[in-house]
Amino acid sequence: MNLQNIITEIEKVDPEVYERFDTRRKAMKNFANIGGKIALAAVPLAIASMFNKAYGQTPGDVNSILNFALTLEYLEAEFYNNIVISPGYATASAADKAALLKIRDDENKHVAFLKTVLGTAAVAKPTFDFTGGKGSGTGPFAGYLNSYAVQLAMAQTFEDTGVRAYKGQAPGLQSNRVALTAALNIHSVEGRHAAHVRQMRRALDVAIPVGQKPLKPFITLNYSGIDYPPAQANINLSYSGEEVTTQAGVNIVNLGGTFNTAAAASEGFDEPLTAAQVLTIVNPFIV
Amino acid sequence: MKRTSFPSPSEKDAPISEFGKQRRNMLKYFGASAALITIGSACKKSSDDTPASGTVDLGSGDVGILNYAYALEQLEAAFYVKVVASPYAGMTPLETEYLTDIRNHEVGHREFFKAAITAAAPTMIIPALEVDFSSIDFTSRTSVLSTAKAFEDLGVTAYNGAGQLISTTGNGPTYLGLAGKIVSVEARHAALIADLLSPGTFANTVDANGLDTARTPAQVLAIAGTYIKTKIDASHLPS
Repeated sequence: MNLQNIITEIEKVDPEVYERFDTRRKAMKNFANIGGKIALAAVPLAIASMFNKAYGQTPGDVNSILNFALTLEYLEAEFYNNIVISPGYATASAADKAALLKIRDDENKHVAFLKTVLGTAAVAKPTFDFTGGKGSGTGPFAGYLNSYAVQLAMAQTFEDTGVRAYKGQAPGLQSNRVALTAALNIHSVEGRHAAHVRQMRRALDVAIPVGQKPLKPFITLNYSGIDYPPAQANINLSYSGEEVTTQAGVNIVNLGGTFNTAAAASEGFDEPLTAAQVLTIVNPFIV
Repeated sequence: MKRTSFPSPSEKDAPISEFGKQRRNMLKYFGASAALITIGSACKKSSDDTPASGTVDLGSGDVGILNYAYALEQLEAAFYVKVVASPYAGMTPLETEYLTDIRNHEVGHREFFKAAITAAAPTMIIPALEVDFSSIDFTSRTSVLSTAKAFEDLGVTAYNGAGQLISTTGNGPTYLGLAGKIVSVEARHAALIADLLSPGTFANTVDANGLDTARTPAQVLAIAGTYIKTKIDASHLPS
């Protein structure tokens, strides 16, 4: 088996392989130099090992995680695509409209990026029901297209859930440094979105549960900052576990000063969600 | 193994390119190969390198990465402590609230790393660093918020770039998880500060693919160095 055959095989699951490979020309040259000093029979094994380093020791697992991420990005992208042409959105300020267009663009770019990375391994876009009714169209968020406040509540929940979802998958991507770094680079963008949507909701003075004011750009304890009785239990799932104030055995409360209250200590660290937790949260929206 | 090279000054501000990231992956692999077949004449134990006097060595392995994060959190915490202690002219109640929140978070991060590193590797923790804020006008809103934005954006790129340097075994995955818990909060800070400076610019750092960027420790420290008097040696960090 020669190098070209191996690359052709990889191209079947990774159309970008030539581009990636090209950027490694110098490394390959180094490899060729080393190759001259090791037994010829060991070369294919060494090349396979090299690609495992770059693409992950268990490509199936990495692809599964990236497809999980792609599914969440499909959801976010379609949500924003829907709301920016809705009557509710039409009532927003010019600044809010621009911000939601920016976020919509970022989410659509995430979809395009992950689809490119996954190539033919990419999952298809599910059908979504943003009323949260699993296809009935009559879920607890029915009417969201007409309510800007509900749209922002949903946007905040999706963004905060996205942050926690990527965070939960990061250790699973460690075998593939390129994929891990890309996921981290998306993860922080979701954090930026979440912070901005939260500020938008605060400026709009939306309904917030008693005792949870003021709404911060960060997650305080397990506060959702959202008062929406029709779907409160599901919304709260996105914030469950965020109240943690001990990290790796270190109690953060009062650390460095009494200003470090439990609220501040919880805000300073976002918590991960498992894939199962995330799927429970988004399940009502996927037909 | 020693890391192969530092970026030239001209590229120190640039985020890690795909080329750089991938090339390093390859170099890591080839480094391993070379060691196995003993072509490793360039390999040298880190203990052979004596840091210049007065220089703080971050160390190697995961503890080195924790020290690296601790160094950055020291810088951020010191900055916000000063911002809150001596507010700029015209700081609004909302700005005071947010900057105080961020101060609390950053002090928490700093103290967390101090405690965690002390517990994991008491002999390897770096000391308190001496900061240099002489280039910042703490009476000026623009100066303070511009610096805050620079620090938060730098922090995001630093954690994003450090993730891949953390080991896959032992406590590595836990450390990666902790870095992940912090980096999204830094991203929230970055968005908030950007919005205070110029409303709606919360995600203006993202590239054509909608991604934030990542920087190597060398790139980050070259930028952070302006504000840190203590000389830092990052040459033994994983690459």
